[in-house]
Amino acid sequence: MTAASPWVKPSSPISVERKTMCLAVPVKVVSIEGNEADVEIGGVKRRVSIMLTPEAKVGDYVLLHTGYAINVIDEAEAQETLKILEEMASLDEIH
Amino acid sequence: MKFIDEYRDVELSKKLVNRIKQLSTRPTRLMEFCGGHTVAIMRNGIRQLLPPTVEMLSGPGCPVCVTANADIDRAIALARLPDVIITTFGDMMKVPGSYSSLQQARAGEADIRIVYSTQDALQIARDNPTQSVIFVGIGFETTAPTIAASILQAEKEGIKNFCVLCLLKLCPPIMKALLDLGELKLDGIVCPGHVSTIIGSHPYEFIPRDYGIACVVSGFEPLDILLSVEMLVEQIESGKPRVEIAYRRGVKPEGNKKALELMDSVFEVDSADWRGIGVVPASGLKIRKKYERFDAEQAFSVTMEPVREAKGCICGDILRGVKTPTDCKLFRKVCFPEHPVGPCMVSSEGACAAYYQYEIV
Repeated sequence: MTAASPWVKPSSPISVERKTMCLAVPVKVVSIEGNEADVEIGGVKRRVSIMLTPEAKVGDYVLLHTGYAINVIDEAEAQETLKILEEMASLDEIH
Repeated sequence: MKFIDEYRDVELSKKLVNRIKQLSTRPTRLMEFCGGHTVAIMRNGIRQLLPPTVEMLSGPGCPVCVTANADIDRAIALARLPDVIITTFGDMMKVPGSYSSLQQARAGEADIRIVYSTQDALQIARDNPTQSVIFVGIGFETTAPTIAASILQAEKEGIKNFCVLCLLKLCPPIMKALLDLGELKLDGIVCPGHVSTIIGSHPYEFIPRDYGIACVVSGFEPLDILLSVEMLVEQIESGKPRVEIAYRRGVKPEGNKKALELMDSVFEVDSADWRGIGVVPASGLKIRKKYERFDAEQAFSVTMEPVREAKGCICGDILRGVKTPTDCKLFRKVCFPEHPVGPCMVSSEGACAAYYQYEIV
């Protein structure tokens, strides 16, 4: 993504998460200690609960919602969605 | 940032918008249920990008906005009790109840603290053992497991001065209630993303089956939303409504089993009072008897004045999707984010606040 993006970027994803109720942001798990993990986003580190995602591993990205990881992001599905988007975009070029 | 930036690609977005334009041949009414989607749509100007055939309505998916006046009044009454500390998400502070808001109660010396997480509320309870710490538990299925987790943690640690005013609400039952009201003629629903992270996509199956309405679970970046609209338009144009997930990196059809398990162990389904809609059976959660010592309603009794609604405020109609913020006579005239009359102007994901901030007038 370039700086010329017209989409408004939140100043800090963590502050966005604070302000809205059901929003969750992708953060990277850097270490795990029991039910808790240290996660990192944009250079900011935070301790969060992984009680709802016991399967989370170091290096995974999780969706963080009000201090809890609620899901381990599926990297393969993320790639697949991007592929679908690219395919749709190329369909547009054919028509 | 990974999993964010790649879903904001402008060139792909343009092509996707073109594809939606090619696909859409007839008037199509979509509702984005979730307040987070309303904000993302407004912030990114997606309404303006879509062809005139595609209309997008905002739904009741903002937990702050749908909290009934009576429940705000109850939270304020609890805050006025001696030796009580109220903990709440920040959005709740300015929401006007019948007579005042939590913010005004705090100015009147009630001890009310904004927290980011139920874990912070638990810490306040640990640090203040002689006081009762009540967490104002608003939210949908996204937040419910985190509140369940905090109750289980309090039990495990033997924290006795922590409890929850449980105002949790459920999305699929209110979708059904709205559809049964018959006020909306919808063709498709952009289903909530992070609610579905927890509950999965199966609970929406009744919508295409019983109402013939298309459903797509969406993420929150511009490409996520455009992809969801494309999938909805495709379903509608082909006459084959069904439930699909556009947000596959964040949502599995079966949801988060661990979170559902924790939720079920602490809560049971109950009726809930929705602002603008009323009491809807089986649309909320209450704390099970086993954990009733963590239930603020069981632990404290408060007397309250009769409930009053703000004159002229149409938040109820806006939450049901039958009116938009610009239909309201108070909007931008007497109702502003700094001086909100109704909750939709308070919450950062309320429709009025989103229109106020992003709508070009």
